[in-house]
Amino acid sequence: MAAFDHHTVPVAELRPVTPARLIAVTGASALGLAVAMVFGLAVGSSGTDFSALFRSLWGLELPDPTLSTILWQLRWPRVLVAMETGAVLALGGLVFQALLRNPLAEPYILGTSGGAAVGAIAGILLGLSRFPGVGAAAFFGSVLSLATVLVLASGRAGFRRDALLLSGVMVNAFCGALILFFISTTQDARLHSMLFWLMGDLSRADPTVAARLGGVLGVGAAVVFAMARPMNVMLMGRDAAESLGVSVLWTRVFLLGVTSLMVSAAVCATGLLGFVGLAVPHGLRLLFGPDHRVLVPACLFGGGAYLIGCDALARWLPRHGEMPAGVITALVGAPLFILLLRRSTR
Amino acid sequence: MKTMVSLEQIVFSYGPIRALDGVSMVVGEGEFFVVAGPNGSGKSTLLKILCGLERPQSGRAELLGRPVSAYRRKERSRLVAYLPQTVPLDFPFSALEVVLMGRHPHVGLLHMEDRNDVDKALEAMARTDVAHLKDRPVTALSGGERQRVFLAQALCREPRLLVLDEPTAALDPAHQVRLMDLLEDLRHERGLTVVMVSHDINLAAMYGDRVLLLKHGRAVCQGPPEEVFTFQTLEETYGCVVLVDKSPLGCFPRVTPVPKRYLQKEGTAKENR
Repeated sequence: MAAFDHHTVPVAELRPVTPARLIAVTGASALGLAVAMVFGLAVGSSGTDFSALFRSLWGLELPDPTLSTILWQLRWPRVLVAMETGAVLALGGLVFQALLRNPLAEPYILGTSGGAAVGAIAGILLGLSRFPGVGAAAFFGSVLSLATVLVLASGRAGFRRDALLLSGVMVNAFCGALILFFISTTQDARLHSMLFWLMGDLSRADPTVAARLGGVLGVGAAVVFAMARPMNVMLMGRDAAESLGVSVLWTRVFLLGVTSLMVSAAVCATGLLGFVGLAVPHGLRLLFGPDHRVLVPACLFGGGAYLIGCDALARWLPRHGEMPAGVITALVGAPLFILLLRRSTR
Repeated sequence: MKTMVSLEQIVFSYGPIRALDGVSMVVGEGEFFVVAGPNGSGKSTLLKILCGLERPQSGRAELLGRPVSAYRRKERSRLVAYLPQTVPLDFPFSALEVVLMGRHPHVGLLHMEDRNDVDKALEAMARTDVAHLKDRPVTALSGGERQRVFLAQALCREPRLLVLDEPTAALDPAHQVRLMDLLEDLRHERGLTVVMVSHDINLAAMYGDRVLLLKHGRAVCQGPPEEVFTFQTLEETYGCVVLVDKSPLGCFPRVTPVPKRYLQKEGTAKENR
């Protein structure tokens, strides 16, 4: 399988990970995130205004106080939540691709996001509190759908590649149908606003959402970073990894659990955003090489930058109002999926 | 001589299929031990059991006198290096990065490879003749180069027991002999014990101290190559006609499988035995 085109990896990047290289990669991707944040704050349906943003950042008074409100009370939480969601989904894709040794694995494609969404809606219908009740229901849903996919796809020699993707797609379709079923049969007015949520909706971001998701992301990212070298080793297959002292089963259970937790928190905050976990890790692998110790921080910042960018586009492109950010991520991600699938089956 | 590996009456099944049916073997420290036998005779399963990657349904497996299952994972990974037949790595790590993964059992979770680790990796790569490939992605290497990179990874682990599943299968004759010579050198330098599966009976006869011949999960014969590799045992094990004589190099046997066209002329093959 030549899923990753080695000719595009610059030879200079292919050296062992040193602290200096880790700092350089982290710095570069953090810079990317900062640039994306500036765009995310400056762009909006009420017009694009960089000078007002920079004046406000310098602490200068803005001529129009509503502009300040828009910047810091509407756009800032939204940019934060976009960053956190993008980071979660990129890390999720990275972890899934490494643990399942499948370059096309990603939380949305494997139905983990869909399962979390079904869980969240079921939680809302049961009248659970938004936190932690609905969150716990979403986590339960994501674990259940992930377990279903893994059981369906497991053969004696590990996970079968195509079976993994097919069962993921089917679980995803089933979850989508369940969500629409719930939404259309209920009288609950809260659910009717949720159709937008199916394609990823960042417009309801507020500081509370940002704080909760940030907390989950912080813990999850630290765990994934600590497990980065075992993830490298596990790319050599079960036997080689076990022989090197990695417990394949427990590493899988632990990391998939943490990832499900992060993904369900992101789904509760923003709905279903597809293919972020595909586009970001693949792009960063081409830039920085395959070592997870640099890819984890790179995905953390790069994923954030990517989703802020997609959301800014989604606010900027339509003449009236805005569209869900998931439209943009799917428009980029689905062709990329097909490209990668072709490359890996050739 | 200390006993490195001791297997006693090992029974192992994959579901209804019995892979090993009461196999016993003993390998002394510093010994070069070869497991041979036809396809599907249970060789690879035997290796996995002695590395602790599979648990036998019955029987005892011991490393240095202690049950394999009693070792902690990390401890065992420092003692035994196992190299599977193929490593399905298809992410473009550089050869040096792959070899450095062999340091995993020796370092902490957040450790990054330092000069010491890199030196050890480069030394191992020099010994398997892949130092010049260190910056190349493993996905761009040939089968034989890749095999030697993974062997360097196993050496970089500094194990006391090296367990290899058909390490010479992808190599040209020169690299086959070079690899076997290297293993022999390492035995003398470090007292390394080598257990390997090989289909190449002649290589096994040239380098092996002792050989185990497996068929259908049972041991046919076990001992020094000149005792095990006779035409009777080989024909019984493989079910084909072979010619066994003495190698012109010395006292080990040389095995030649006999093509069908030589069997039709009555007597020629058999008289030469």
